[in-house]
Amino acid sequence: MVNDNKSYGKRRYVIASIVMIVLLVYIVQLFNLQILKPEYRNFADSNAFFRKTLYPARGAIYDRNGELLVFNQPTYDVMMVVREMKQLDTLDFCHTLNIDKTTFLQLEADMKDRRKNPGYSSYTPQLFMSQLDVEEYGLLQEKLYKFPGVYIQNRTERQYKYPYMGLILGYVAKVDKNKMAADPYYVQNDYAGKSGIELSHEEDLRGEKGVEVLLRDAHGRIQGKYRDGEFDKSPVSGRDLTLAIDINLQAYGEYLMQNKVGSIIMIEPKTGEILCMVAAPSYDPSILTGKNFSQNYLQLEQDPYKPLINRAVSGLYPPGSTFKPSQGLVFLEEEIITPETRYSCYGGYPPLGGRPACHPHASPLNLQPALATSCNSFFCYGLNAMLNNRAKYSSTIEAFEVWKEHMVDLGFGYKTDIDLPSEKRGFIPNSKYYSNAFKNDRWNAHNIISIAIGQGEILATPLQLANYTAIIANRGYYYKPHVVKARKGAPLDTLYSKRRESNIHREHFELTVAGMADAVTHGTCRRANMEPYLTVCGKTGTAENPHGDSHSLFIGFAPKDDPKVAIAVIVENGGFGATNAVPIGRLMMQKYLMGEVMPQDQELERTIASRVILPFAYRRNAPALRIDSIVTRVKDVQGE
Amino acid sequence: MYRGSKEIEEKGRVDWFIVTMYLIFVVLGWVNIYAASFDLENAVSMFDLSGRAGMQLVWIGTSLVLAFVLIKIDTSFYETYAFVAYVIGIALLIITLIVAPDIKGSRSWLVIGPVRLQPAEFMKFIIALTLAKIFNVYNFHLMERKNLIIVFTLILLPLVLVILQSETGTALVYLSLVLVLYREGLPGGILFMGVAAILYFVLAIRFSDAQLGMLSVGEFTAIVLIIIFAAAMVRNYVKRRRTAFIIIGLALIVLAAGLGMHFFNLQVDPGLLALVALGLVTVYLAYLALRFWKKSYLYILLFVVGSFAFVESSEYVFNDVLQPHQQMRIKVALGMEQDLRGSGYHVGQSKIAIGSGGMVGKGFLNGTQTKLKYVPEQDTDFIFCTIGEEWGFIGSTVILVLFAVFILRLISMAERQTTTFGRVYGYGVVSIFLFHLLVNIGMVIGIMPVIGIPLPFFSYGGSSLWGFTILLFIFLRIDKGKK
Repeated sequence: MVNDNKSYGKRRYVIASIVMIVLLVYIVQLFNLQILKPEYRNFADSNAFFRKTLYPARGAIYDRNGELLVFNQPTYDVMMVVREMKQLDTLDFCHTLNIDKTTFLQLEADMKDRRKNPGYSSYTPQLFMSQLDVEEYGLLQEKLYKFPGVYIQNRTERQYKYPYMGLILGYVAKVDKNKMAADPYYVQNDYAGKSGIELSHEEDLRGEKGVEVLLRDAHGRIQGKYRDGEFDKSPVSGRDLTLAIDINLQAYGEYLMQNKVGSIIMIEPKTGEILCMVAAPSYDPSILTGKNFSQNYLQLEQDPYKPLINRAVSGLYPPGSTFKPSQGLVFLEEEIITPETRYSCYGGYPPLGGRPACHPHASPLNLQPALATSCNSFFCYGLNAMLNNRAKYSSTIEAFEVWKEHMVDLGFGYKTDIDLPSEKRGFIPNSKYYSNAFKNDRWNAHNIISIAIGQGEILATPLQLANYTAIIANRGYYYKPHVVKARKGAPLDTLYSKRRESNIHREHFELTVAGMADAVTHGTCRRANMEPYLTVCGKTGTAENPHGDSHSLFIGFAPKDDPKVAIAVIVENGGFGATNAVPIGRLMMQKYLMGEVMPQDQELERTIASRVILPFAYRRNAPALRIDSIVTRVKDVQGE
Repeated sequence: MYRGSKEIEEKGRVDWFIVTMYLIFVVLGWVNIYAASFDLENAVSMFDLSGRAGMQLVWIGTSLVLAFVLIKIDTSFYETYAFVAYVIGIALLIITLIVAPDIKGSRSWLVIGPVRLQPAEFMKFIIALTLAKIFNVYNFHLMERKNLIIVFTLILLPLVLVILQSETGTALVYLSLVLVLYREGLPGGILFMGVAAILYFVLAIRFSDAQLGMLSVGEFTAIVLIIIFAAAMVRNYVKRRRTAFIIIGLALIVLAAGLGMHFFNLQVDPGLLALVALGLVTVYLAYLALRFWKKSYLYILLFVVGSFAFVESSEYVFNDVLQPHQQMRIKVALGMEQDLRGSGYHVGQSKIAIGSGGMVGKGFLNGTQTKLKYVPEQDTDFIFCTIGEEWGFIGSTVILVLFAVFILRLISMAERQTTTFGRVYGYGVVSIFLFHLLVNIGMVIGIMPVIGIPLPFFSYGGSSLWGFTILLFIFLRIDKGKK
């Protein structure tokens, strides 16, 4: 029994070596897993951490008097984690959500369709149905225990107190792919502003999403907060906005503009604040919330009157005679004319055989009465004199560039940078434009004479006209127009608080103002005359256009010596400026400055409001439609 | 290890070094079981008997009592009753096979009232004891045919019974006792052939997709290995260095010829080249065997031919003999499949858990992966995940090193035994622990296929802890009583 078997004794070293080799290999593998490959940690985190997004409340919107316009209401999304769903009682589920089986199957298919829902995964909550209201939510919540894998996600939905200014406020909808690609803040099924203030002030309004880090086990069940919420982040509510807009004025403007196409813009000249911005036709903002969004949006999009276009900032119109004050200002500034310079008019511009034509008035005239009577010939003479002034400018082209610079200084030809999306820049040609058009540099004032009276190539947005009116009212300076007056907890963009100059001497403005005052007291816009209550200055415009009747335009401000408001009104195909735009301007200024409409004007108010002017250009696209009221019709959509 | 007077002094004492390590292991195991089974929602105390850690404490306590009793029993008792234990063990395995209920696909649990026992666990030390007793017979030579048959039957009988109980892992543990046989005189060549077979199999399966001419990359590499092995064997067993060089030379000449032809723009199939080389080596060996009439050449020739046959058939065996879940486990271990939701789930999650531990780990009870039950069997077979996740690279390395020290100590203890009985039993203990560590940790870190055997002293479970305690303490008793 003595251990005599020593012959294989050294095999112990072989066995010990095996132990050492195994040890070494395993340590290398551990090093490889734990030190060299950080992806395992990330993998572990995405495994175990469920990052629940906490949505902030979107900022509310108030009008200039603190009246609440836009607020939030809770709404509920139905989310599904397909992996966790076991034997869903489809019948009961459909019944609870008040949908039929076909809808259920459709929603389910949409949810699982990776083309429509690229982020689909059966392990994470997926949106099944959005925007349940409180009652539906209550029903579902009660039965939720019956439907494993079904969750409710709280969200908020925009609510609107007034059915007005849908185009200004804009709407909120699910973000699209481009937005998600451009800004990593957004993920699938997030909501973001899509137009109007909701879009331009998205970053103010949206706030900041919060996150709750929860622990999730292998079955996807939530096991509680990770480290007692050490890594949680509370959502930060969006900033409340106060608009410069006066909701009463806005509502009144939309009332006057019903069944018409065009816009009204009122600016407080001393601040650049937009007091009202009516773009007609518009729509009730509340129809673009909730479950009927797609249906209503489609209807608006297909409407021949294009109620989704904010004509106030993106409508392009020839300014017509409202352009004349700008011409007077340039001629005076460039010393082409003096206040006493007179030009004669014989029912038209004589050098071109009476074209453009003019209406009967005393002749010859100097600037002030020319503005009051809106004499075409005077401004044609003026432009001709400027472009042909070889004592001052070496060439027509040089003279024209000087002219153009003045137009730009008066706010034409470029965006005003208002805090609203889709603004257009209008059009003020430069010399190159004409050199290209005429294919040589030898064009002269007479080739382009119609620009002197705001026709021809000149195009301006209603906003540019209102801004330019404010410059005149201020006698030379302005602030960039803006609809948002204040942001809660943040200063207003310095873009809007910087005073800007028009580079034209104040005395020239005084003369122009006098001409515009005369136009109201005994000139073309007598219908805006509210003496002795209010001293108004104004200028009409009757813009010829290829789309039928002339557009009716009016610009004006009041009171004359301490302007509190500047206004621009455009009624598409509304005929003479005096016919529609002037009375609207009168009523709007009255409403704003006097608080209410005078008894003697109430008849006028009814007349204007009941007037239906439907431009043929739009009607043509919908010949069979008999339209009583665009605004009403659009409102009907909501009731459906 | 201990020599001279010190040895006499030490005689009759329990090896406190191993006892201390044992205590360290069971305490660490208990702590980690608490961490692994820690429920975020209703955390129970480490001592609460309704929790896993609390129960493990009961198992540890009973194990200590068991250990004490085992140390008190005389060594001759183990020697005397080894065969009796074996017969009872086999009987229990058979009974289990008949009466055991199906628990998670395994029929290895003997349920007696509230107690559940796994006879296969206890069979480990019984086989080791029995082997020791057989080897202890005077003038026992393993390589005698009768002895070989007895020894292999002893091992294979319980192995088959346990396989029938669907406990493949435990069955493989019995097979690990071949290491004891190696220590006691089983030719190294047999051990080498086992290693070579695993190597061929892995190569043939792992690299079966990429083609190198008419052979797969795996087959090609295997043939290169076979030629090298053949040369090495010639050098080792026939002691003819020149012949070994000729074999390598033959292969190189074929390779050079192939390259040369390639140089002359002749398309050569590298697979064909390898086959030609192997054929030449085979013919040369056959020639040598006939010429010198030496058995060694014949064996080497058989090895070469057998190896090639094995390589060629392993793909067939893999695809047509193995069960799909076994194929998948092997593929996952070989890194051929990543399917984290399917068969690779266990290993994938356990690698994530360990990998997320980093250098120093997330700290006690802070592991998210194991707490949230991402890792299955986390307090039994996958307990090492918790160590990896919560104690990081440093902690897991410390545990690995501790285990290595433990086994090296056992080896030295086995070698210092004065009886064959003691040494053989000691190596039985070494083999069983080594195999458990190799397979369990290897599986958790993704090197070995998933084979469900516990990590000694760490995995939760009464049977396994009792089994390891008995195994170890009988050896400590034998060691204490050595003359």
